[in-house]
This record gives sequence, C-alpha cells and structure tokens, in this order.
Amino acid sequence: MLEFVQVFLRRLASLFRRRGLEDDLDEELRSHLEMAVELHVRKGMAPEDARSEARRSFGGVEQTKEAYRDQRGLPMIETMLQDLRFGLRMLRRSPGFSVLAILCLTLGIGANAAVFSWIEGILFRPYPAVAHQESLVAVGGTSRDEPQGTSLSWPDFLDLQRSCTLCETLFVSKITGTTLSIGDRAERTTGSIVSANYFDAIGVPPMLGRGFLPGEDQGQSAHPVAVISYQLWRGRFRGDPQIIGKTERLDGAVHTIVGVAPEGFYGTFVGWRMNFWVPVSMEDTFEGGGYKLEDRGARWIESYARLKPGVTQQQAQQEFAAISQRLEATYPATNRGRGVRLWPLWQTPFNNAATLLPTLETMLVVVVCVLLIACANVGNLLLVRSFARRHEMSVRLAIGAGTARLWRQLLTEGLVLSLFGAAGGLLAAYWCRHALVLLFPARGGVQMYLPGELDWRVLALSATVCLVTTLLMGLVPALQTSKIDLASSMKMEAAGVVGGRGRAWVRSGLVLVQVSLSFILLVGTGLLMQSLLTIRSTSPGFNARGVQYTGIDLVSVGYTPARAQNFQDELLERVRSLPGVESAAFSRMVPLSYVSSATAPIVVDGYTPPLEESPTVDYNEVGPGYFVTLGIPLVSGREFTRADDEKVALVAMVNETMAQRYWQGRNPLGQRLQLKGSWLQVVGVAKDSKYSSVREKPTPFFFIALRQNNLRGGVLNIRTPLAPQTMAAALAREVRALDPDIAPYELITLQEQLERSTSPQMVAVTLVGVLGGLALLLAAVGLYGVMSYAVSQSTRELGLRMALGADASNLLRLVMSRGLALTAGGVLLGAAVALALTRLLGNLLYKVSPRDPLAFGSALAVMTIASLAACFLPAWRATRTDPARALRD
Amino acid sequence: MPAPKSEVLQGTLDLLVLKTLDSMGPMHGFGIALRIQQVSEDLLQLNQGTLYPALLRHEQRGWITSKWGTSENNRRAKYYSLTRAGRKQLEEEAESWGRMSTMINRVLRTS
Repeated sequence: MLEFVQVFLRRLASLFRRRGLEDDLDEELRSHLEMAVELHVRKGMAPEDARSEARRSFGGVEQTKEAYRDQRGLPMIETMLQDLRFGLRMLRRSPGFSVLAILCLTLGIGANAAVFSWIEGILFRPYPAVAHQESLVAVGGTSRDEPQGTSLSWPDFLDLQRSCTLCETLFVSKITGTTLSIGDRAERTTGSIVSANYFDAIGVPPMLGRGFLPGEDQGQSAHPVAVISYQLWRGRFRGDPQIIGKTERLDGAVHTIVGVAPEGFYGTFVGWRMNFWVPVSMEDTFEGGGYKLEDRGARWIESYARLKPGVTQQQAQQEFAAISQRLEATYPATNRGRGVRLWPLWQTPFNNAATLLPTLETMLVVVVCVLLIACANVGNLLLVRSFARRHEMSVRLAIGAGTARLWRQLLTEGLVLSLFGAAGGLLAAYWCRHALVLLFPARGGVQMYLPGELDWRVLALSATVCLVTTLLMGLVPALQTSKIDLASSMKMEAAGVVGGRGRAWVRSGLVLVQVSLSFILLVGTGLLMQSLLTIRSTSPGFNARGVQYTGIDLVSVGYTPARAQNFQDELLERVRSLPGVESAAFSRMVPLSYVSSATAPIVVDGYTPPLEESPTVDYNEVGPGYFVTLGIPLVSGREFTRADDEKVALVAMVNETMAQRYWQGRNPLGQRLQLKGSWLQVVGVAKDSKYSSVREKPTPFFFIALRQNNLRGGVLNIRTPLAPQTMAAALAREVRALDPDIAPYELITLQEQLERSTSPQMVAVTLVGVLGGLALLLAAVGLYGVMSYAVSQSTRELGLRMALGADASNLLRLVMSRGLALTAGGVLLGAAVALALTRLLGNLLYKVSPRDPLAFGSALAVMTIASLAACFLPAWRATRTDPARALRD
Repeated sequence: MPAPKSEVLQGTLDLLVLKTLDSMGPMHGFGIALRIQQVSEDLLQLNQGTLYPALLRHEQRGWITSKWGTSENNRRAKYYSLTRAGRKQLEEEAESWGRMSTMINRVLRTS
C-alpha cells in the first residue's frame, strides 16, 4: 500500500516537470544508440550497417518513448487534462455562449445549494454545537382537540423521563423572554426555560462556570440561577472574566449567573437565538398562569429526547404511547384523551421548523425545476453549438477518434461548464446562506435567526447536482454526435423543413420540458398568490387599522403589584387624554403574537364533558376598554370595566364558539365557569376573532379581567389615527413623566403584526414568483431559439411556399402554430405534473384548492402570452423570406 | 489484466536487470542490455528498448536509483544502481524463481 502511494506520488510529480524529463529521455536513448553504433563499428561493421543494426536490436524508438511516458506519468489524468485544456479553449473561443451557459448553471446550482444549506441549517442540523443532532427528537403531547401537537405538563414530563427505557435522556427547552435595559432603552431578549440536565443532555458544557445542578429544576422559584450566552456576556458584560457569581435581574427576579455558554451555541429553538437559560423552577417568574410544576393539567413543557443508538423513532413512539396510556389511566381528570408524540427535529411543532417546513419543501421543488430548466437551456445552447461543430466532429471521427473518446471530450466540456457554474453557485449560496432571515421582518426588535449551513453534506449534494447536470447537458450533444453520418455531414448540410422532424426533436423536447416546468411554477405562484390574497382579505375578527401597541415592563424595574396597578391606571388616564387617542387598554398579550396564549383546563357549570374529553381552553387577560380598542364587536352582555377589580366577584367573557360549545344554545350570560379552582361569572359574549394564527379555525376562547389578576407587565393597546412615530414620542413623554426609569418598547401597529403573521406565505410567494418569472423567461428564450433556428434552416421551404402562392399570413400562421403546438404540449405535460405536485404546498394554501381552476387558467394565459411573444419574431422573419433568393441559394 | 505469459516474461526481465546491477555495480542502460545478452549467450532475444520502461518502473518503486555520469568513452549516460530495497527485492524474486523452477522441473520429471 505504502509502495503504491509512493509510486503514485512519483508519477504525479513527473506531470509537473514533463519537459525536463522528456529531454532526459531523449538524451538517454540517444546515448544508448550511439554507444551501440560505436561498438558495432569497433567490431568492424560499416557505419551505415552499424546504425541500422543498433536500431534493429533496440526496437522502435518512438514506441519505447510512448511506453516510457505511459509508465512515467498517469495516462488517464493526462488525457483528462488534455480534454480539460481543450474544453477551456473552446469556451474561451465563444465567450458569449460560455457566459450565458455559466450564468444559467450558476443560477440553477446556486439556488439548489442555497436551499440545501437552508434545509441543513434550519431543519436537519438546526442547533450548532449540539452533539449528535441526528439522534434528537422533539417530544410533545396530543389531545382530542389538538392532534397536531401541544405541550406536556411538568409532572407528565418527569414520568416520561423516569419510565422511558429507549431514550438516553429527555430534556426541556421552552422559549421565554425578558427585558434587559441597555442604557436608557429597553430591549427584549429571548431565553429558554430548561430542565437541570439541559447542558449535559445536549453535550454543550458551559465555557465559564457550570451548567445546572440536579435538583435546580425543583421547587417554586427556589433556584434563581442563570447561564448566559456568549453574545450576552461579550455585549452586556463586556466579556467580564469575573462574571460568575454576579447577578442580573431577569423578569424582575434577581438571578445569579452561574455559567457562560460557549461561542457559537445559540440554544435549541429554530428561528431565534437564545441569550439566557434558567431552570424550570423559575417558571412562574417567566410564564403567565402561576406556579405549574405540580399541576398535571397545565401544559407548557416543550421537550426533546435523545434516542439510544439503534433505536428508531417508531420504537420510541410505541414506548411513549404505552407510558401515556398508563398516565391516562392513573390521572383521568387531567390526562383523559391525551397522548405523547415524537417528531423528528425538522418537524418540531413548537418552533419555526413547523412553519418553515412547507416553505422549504416548496422551494426545493422550485429550485429543482429551475435547475432542470437551466440544464435544458444549456443543453440547447450546446446543441446549437454542436451543429456548428459538426464538421469538427466528423473530421475527428474520420481520422480515427472513437465515439467513446468523443463522448468523453463532450462530457468534459460539459463538466468544465458545470464546474464554473458550481463554483459561482456555491459562492452565491455562501452569500445567501443567511438571506432567508431578510424575508422575515424583525419582531418586537428581535431579528430572527435562520442560518444556512454549508457543511460537507451540502457540498457533497451540490457536487452530485453538478455531476448530474453535466451528464444531462453533455448527453444531449453526445447523443447527437453518435448519429453523425460521416458521408453526408462532410458534404453540405441539407436544408430543413419547418414542420420537419429529424434532429429537431431533441431541441423541441427540451423546450417542451422547459415549458412544462415553468408552467408548474406559474401554477404554484398562482395558488400561493391566491391564498395570500385570501388570507389578507380574511377578517381577523378585530379591526387592526389604527391600533398600535407596545409593551411596558414593570416587573424588571421591581414594581410591586399595587404600585404597578397604580402606574397602569395613571398611564391609561394620561394616554386616553392625549389628543388623537380614541381609546386605550391593557392586555396580557396581543393577538397573533409569538407568545402563546395561556391555557388551562376549565369546568363549565351545567356542561358534562364526554368521557374522553377534558375541556381545556386558551384565554387572555384584558383590561377595561380592550374590545372597543381592538374593534371586536360584542354579541351580548358587557365588557370589563374599572369596577371589575379584586374587590368584586370574578368575571369572564367568552367568544361565540365557546358559548356554542359549552352552553349549547343556552344564554351563557350569568352562568359560571371554573378556572384554577375559582368560579367566574360570564358577563359578556364577544364575536369570534383570530387569536394565534390568521389561518386557525374558529376556536373556543375566553377573557378574564386583568385587574382581578394583578398582572404587572403587559401590552398597552392604543387606537389612534396618529402616525406611530408621533404616538411613540408622546407615549415616551407620558411614561417618563410617571417614572423616569421606565422606557416603553418599540411601538408596533397591529396591522404590521397581522401582515407578519402571513410571512411564510409572503416568503413562498416571493420566492416562487421570482424563480417562476426567471423560469418563464428561460423557457421563452428557449422557444424563441428553437423557432428562429427552425425558420433559419428552412428558408428554402418557406421560399417555395411563397413562390407557390402562400402569403405572409399563411406563413405567419404556419410558424406560430408550430410554436404554439410546442407550448400546448408543454402545458399539458406541466398540468399533469402540477396536479400531482401542488398538494406539496400543504398548509401554505389557505382556502384554495391545490387544483384551483383559476390558478391553472391564469398560468395558461401567462404561458400563452409568453409563447406568442417568443414565436412572433421568428414568424415575422419567416414572412420576410425573399422567395427568389431562398430558391437561388 | 495482462496475459500470464507476458507476466512471466516481465518478471524474468525484472530479475535479470536486478541481478545484473547486483553483480556488476552501477551501469547504464546499454551496458545492462549488453550484459544480459552476453550472459545468456545471445539466446535471449531482447528488444533493448523495453528495458527503459522497466528501469523506470524499478526506480519508481525505489529498487534502483539513477544518476547522470560519464561512460568509459567519455559519453554522458545515465547510471543505475541497486538500492537496499532493490537488493531485498532481488533476494525475494530469486528465491521465488528458484521455487518455481524446482516445482516445474519436478512436474516435468514425474509426469
């Protein structure tokens, strides 16, 4: 083996000093022959005879040299280098062709590499620095109402952790947020609530200090400790080496910093960078809804499991199902109808993986289409050029080149093209690897984090794409050369016919493919556009126009509940009396935000749930004037007033769907429902609106009075026609007048929030639209090329037709009909594939059928117009044929 | 895969070259060819040219080294000499050749 490597290296090295070695060889052989001649002469031969005798016993000098060269270098590589050099020379000779072809391939390969890198970095290996991500799965719960996945409760999680034998470890990672005041501005930052085993389970030891100790995830607010991210440590604490043991106020509670996470670790949540980690025991500081560690009914845990080596997800799923059945039997009150479900990381339901999955899948299909179209285009270009090089190929064949050798050379030329394309494409992908995030606007001042990952897998896949591309493109002219008929092609080219079959079928076939692929993309664009319009025109149930909101964090500055209540009352008074403000109200959260609504099991007076149901409903805490401010109409009853405070009986409002589901036709006003052990009286019924997603179906939802729940933070909603900047300045003045230490967050309009919630659709429409437009352009150029070529090759036929009495309109019709026939074929093929493919769009489509006739119809219209435009110029040129000249030439 | 016959021939040539260099010391290509023909008493028909790719192959494997020098007639020539690895290779090949010929002889005698 070692010897083999040594020989290989020596032979390889010889390639680089060929000239010197060649001289050596010449001299050595010459000296051999001369010595032989000398010897023969000395033995008495005539010089002439001596020379021929020396040559005879030596054998063929040139053969010897050739054998010597083959032994010296690496003949395979040398031929390849020769082909490469020739390929490069051919490319340099027609720069226009080369640039066009390379641009097409750069686009195709680059788009693929970029999407591969996004899929790798966002879906498959989303958590940099985390060990063995392939063995991680997401663990969540299911219920009758939410088969798509929901959270677990902490006691359920502990039971899973205890009983699971197929997992190495289970850990919790639940997103949360806090305010950090940096200078005089408040900033929102994201962090995770985690189980104590978190850093061990993911295999990321903190860079400084320690992770969490066993037991730090137990007890109510018992362990105020935090690990902070590297960025936070560098940014906020200026890389203080003495950071361990210092304190930081997070959501009002003073936490001791026990560790700093290593650089390049951003936590375990697709879409956002985590900046701090706190143990589960601190949950009631960060989460709404009180202390939940001992409450099996409170579902808020988002967790992951690391499967043991060799364990499949299905096996683990079976075990989890068995455990959850046991839990159902043991705790029917809270667990009836509930299950546990596993997802691969790329389908994780509780982070942005789930929202991005259909978008990325769609994009994958789109970029593959674009690549195929680019290949078809380059194949077409190569084909045109191979006609021009017919003579060269014929000569090569005639002087004895084998077909295999010609194929190899053509494929090498294709390889040169796609290597350039791949280099350009990878460069483009490298620049675009973080570009996805640009399509998602920052939320509440926090920019999303969606990194692409150009690792060896992506590179390997791109290399494969490049090779396949080469084969696809190189094959087209190669197939063509194998049919070269030496005798006829050495002569003049025969004239073609417009409707003729012959070799035109390859090019027509390529155009057919292009047309059908771009038709598919047009249909996709149409469908996505339609669902975006549908979503945009769907009323969310509140009037977003003219509503602005901002957060004011009173917890971080250490306000007591009473003082916070006071502050909120005074601020509300001041804001309401500002000129231009129509109304204002506090609430715990705004609709459609990324903070999930509070959810809790309820008991409704007079409603007996069926055996397998334990009613659990989402709710929001809102202040007086909330419904007026958001423009949510009331069906009956009243909304909360200032009088609904802690001194009077607890009240609630329900939405229409909830009234229907739990009171079934009876009037819910004055009825009671039980939440966390206390009874609330229903005082109003509001119309349904959208709560967490514009696309959700009508869901039961209720509201409780903010003033009866001592909430210290929350969101201030303001209805005003004023511009956000004006309002923000006025608001900041009022807040500072009350307490100079408090700064409100950025002011966001509810309309903006509404539009943001449709960003997956928006991203998909933008990307598919742009790439679909490009594809259409490429296909039109292809069609134009084929038709122009056909017309230029058949001037004789056209001239003959004219001479026989065909007028311009006949010829126009002849050429156009041929072009349109190609288009029609492509559309038919495309439509057939599109019918099968559009289902992939899945939940990106909203109230639009994947077979929507309008989308197919408009795609057809656009395609027809494009192909008419592409065929018109060649057809017009056909009508300008001069019959006299055409027949003479 | 070359035919078995030429393999034997090539192996033979290798052995002859190595043995010549072993017994004669550093030599140029022509000298080696001459020596082989003399020793075999011109019974071996050797195309002298085939020697050179073989010499190169030996050199690539590290069995011999080469150096430009001057011949007895004041002519520039490339001299080849055996390395330690080459000597070892020669021993191995001579031994396997001996085994082979003993075996073939035995087969010829018994049948």
